[in-house]
Amino acid sequence: MMLSFNSDRLFKTAMFVSGGIVLAVVIGILASLIVHSSQALRELGLGFLVSSTWNPVVGKFGAVPFVIGTLLTSFTALAVSLPFSLAISLFLGEYFREGRLSKVLNYMTDLLSGIPSVIFGFWGLLFLVPLMRKAELALNVPPYGVGILTASLVLAVMIIPFTSSIGREVIRLVPQDLKEAAYSLGATRFEVVKNVIIPSARSGIAAGILLSLGRALGETMAVTMVIGNSNFIPRSIFAPGNTMASVIANEFTEATENLYLSSIIEIGLLLFVITAVINYLGVIIMKKLSFEK
Amino acid sequence: MKKVILLAMSVMFLSILQVLAASGAATCDRSGASVSARSSVMAASGASVSAHSSSWTVFGAATCDRSGASVSARSSAAAARSKPSGTVMSMPGAENSSSAHSSAASVGLLGAGATFPYPLYSKMFDVYNREFGVKVNYQAIGSGGGIRQIRAKTVDFGATDAFLSDEEMKKFPAPVVHIPTCAGAVVITYNLPGNPTLKLTPSVIADIFLGKIDRWSDSKLKALNPALNLPDMKIVVVHRSDGSGTTFIFSDYLAKVSREWRVKVGRGKSLNWPVGLGGKGNPGVAGLVKQVPGAVGYVELVYTLQNDMPVAEVRNRSGSFVAPSIETVSHAADIDMPGDLRVSLTDSPAKNGYPISGFTWLIVYKDLAKGGLSREKAEVLKELLWWITHQGQKYAAPLHYAPLSEDAVKKAEAILRSLNYEGKKL
Repeated sequence: MMLSFNSDRLFKTAMFVSGGIVLAVVIGILASLIVHSSQALRELGLGFLVSSTWNPVVGKFGAVPFVIGTLLTSFTALAVSLPFSLAISLFLGEYFREGRLSKVLNYMTDLLSGIPSVIFGFWGLLFLVPLMRKAELALNVPPYGVGILTASLVLAVMIIPFTSSIGREVIRLVPQDLKEAAYSLGATRFEVVKNVIIPSARSGIAAGILLSLGRALGETMAVTMVIGNSNFIPRSIFAPGNTMASVIANEFTEATENLYLSSIIEIGLLLFVITAVINYLGVIIMKKLSFEK
Repeated sequence: MKKVILLAMSVMFLSILQVLAASGAATCDRSGASVSARSSVMAASGASVSAHSSSWTVFGAATCDRSGASVSARSSAAAARSKPSGTVMSMPGAENSSSAHSSAASVGLLGAGATFPYPLYSKMFDVYNREFGVKVNYQAIGSGGGIRQIRAKTVDFGATDAFLSDEEMKKFPAPVVHIPTCAGAVVITYNLPGNPTLKLTPSVIADIFLGKIDRWSDSKLKALNPALNLPDMKIVVVHRSDGSGTTFIFSDYLAKVSREWRVKVGRGKSLNWPVGLGGKGNPGVAGLVKQVPGAVGYVELVYTLQNDMPVAEVRNRSGSFVAPSIETVSHAADIDMPGDLRVSLTDSPAKNGYPISGFTWLIVYKDLAKGGLSREKAEVLKELLWWITHQGQKYAAPLHYAPLSEDAVKKAEAILRSLNYEGKKL
C-alpha cells in the first residue's frame, strides 16, 4: 500500500515538474529573445515595426517587408489548402471510414506530415518552380518561378495533413445519433454533412487550422528555397519576397555587427509575438465556435 | 509502472540540466549563447539529428572551456551540419603518424568561420592530421560567427573572407593578426541563348546590378559585344540571400568602381539590393541563374567550373578584358601589399589580374597566450599556419583556389615570426 502511495505521489510530482518545465522553457525563450534583442529594441524603437528598409550596410533595420511576407504566404497557403484538407477530412472521416483505400489514404496523409521541410523545398524547387515559370510566361509576368505564390503553394501542401488529420478525427467523433436523427428527418447525405457534421465538428476543425497556421508562420527551410529572398514589400503575388523565418536563416550566420545581430533576434521575437497573438485569437474563435455553447 | 516513472524522471532530470546549462551559457559569455542560438536555428531547419546536436552544443557552450569534452560536443554538431562536400575532420581515433610532431599528437585545434574556403580547409586539415597527427576541427559557420568566436576566445583561430577594419580590431581584447590562406574570384555568370562569353566593363556591371540596365539588348551591352546577337530579354538579377564573403568581395569591387553604387548600396556581406532575386548560398544563386532565362548573378569561380556555366570577361583597371581563372586571380595579387596583409584585391592594378578577386584569412591572436591557448597548443598552431602558407598551398589549385603569391607568402612569414607567447618567441 505504501508503495502505491509513493508512486502515486511520484507520478503527480513528475507531472507538475514536466508542466513546469514547459512553462519555464517558453518563458526562457521569450526572455532570452528580449535580452539578446535589447540593443535593437533600444536603438531602433518603433522604427523597427514601421520601416520597410532593411539595410545592414548602413545599420537601418525595418521588419515590415518580412511581416507582410510571412502573413501573406501563411494566409494564402491556408486559403489554398483549406478546400483540400476539408475534403480529405470528410472523405476519410465520413464517406470512407473503413476499407483498404481509406487505410492507404490515411497512412499517406499522416506520412505527408512527417516529411522534412527541406524535401518539400526541393520538390518546390525542382517541380513547382519550373511549372510556375511556365504559368508566369503565359500570364506575361516576369518569369522568376520563385516568389510569394510558389512559397504559398509549397506551404499549402505542407499544412494539408495537419488540418485534415485533426478534421478527420473530429468528424469521426460526431455522434451517430445526431446523424441518424437527421437522416430520419429525410436529410440527404450532403445536408447531413452541411448541417450536422460540420457544425458539430467545427471547433475541432478550427483547432486543426490553427495548428497548420502555426506551422506555416514558422516554416523556414522550404520557404527560403522558393520565395526569392528579396527584402522588399512584394508588389504582386508573383513577386519575390521574404519571410521573418527565412531572413533569420539567411542572415544570422554572417551578422557581425551587434546591432545587426540584435535586429535579427528582434525579428525572432516579433515572430514569437505574432504567433502567440494569432494562437490566442484562434483560441477565442474556437471557443465561439464550440458546439456546447 | 515504476520503470516508466523512473524513465520519465530521468528524462526530466536531463531536461532540467539542459535548461540550467543553457542559462549558464547566457551568463558565461554572449558568444557562447549565440553559438547555441545558431545551432538551434540550424536545427529548426533540419532533421531531428541536428536538433539532438543542438542540445549538445548547449552543453559545450555552457562549459565555456576548450577541453576534449567540449571539442567532441562541437564536432558532433559540426558533423551533423557539415556539407556533403566536406570530409569529417575529427575522425575519432585517428592514427598518430610517426613524425617530429608526435609530442603534439594529443593536441587538437579548434577553428571556426568562413564557408568559402571550407573545401580547401577540409582537405588541408585532413592531410595535416594524417601527416602530423594534429586534429583540427573547423566549423564553417560563416565569417561573422568566426570573428565573434575568436573575439570571445572560444576557438583557437577564426576564419574570414573580409579582413577586419581598424574599428573592428579595436573591439578585440588583444591584438590579432591576419594570415591569408588563398585567393578566390567572384565571377559573373548568366543565362542567355547559346551562352556566349560576354565582355563587361565595371560601370556596366554596376548599372546591371543597380537595375539601371534592365534589358540584354541595351545599347551599352551591344557596344561592348558587337559580335554577339543579344536578345531583347529582361535581365533578372540574382544575388545571395544569405550574408557572405562572396557578396562582400563583389560589393567591395562595385563600390570601388562606381560612385553611385558606393552611395546607394555600399559594401557589406548583406546588402539592401536595389533589384533582383536572392538565392541561398553559391549553389542557390547558380541554380537560379541556370533556371531563369535572362538571369545574371555572381558566384565563386569554382561553381561555374563545376556546373559548366558561362562567365563574363571583365575589364580591369589597366584596360584589358580578363577572364577569371586561377592564374588571373594570382596575377591580381601581384601588387604592393601592406605588411599586415589586410588588403583588398578587388580592382587590382595588376596588368593581367582579374579585378573581382580577394584573399581569405585566418585570424589568430598575436600573443597566443592572450587567446587563451596553452604554450603547447600555441606552438602547434604556429606550425599549422606555417604549413598552410607553404606546403599546404599545393592543395589550393586542384580545388580551384588561387595559391598565395610569393610576396604574400613572404609577408605572411614575417607575421608568423611575430607570433609570440606571453611576449616570448615561439
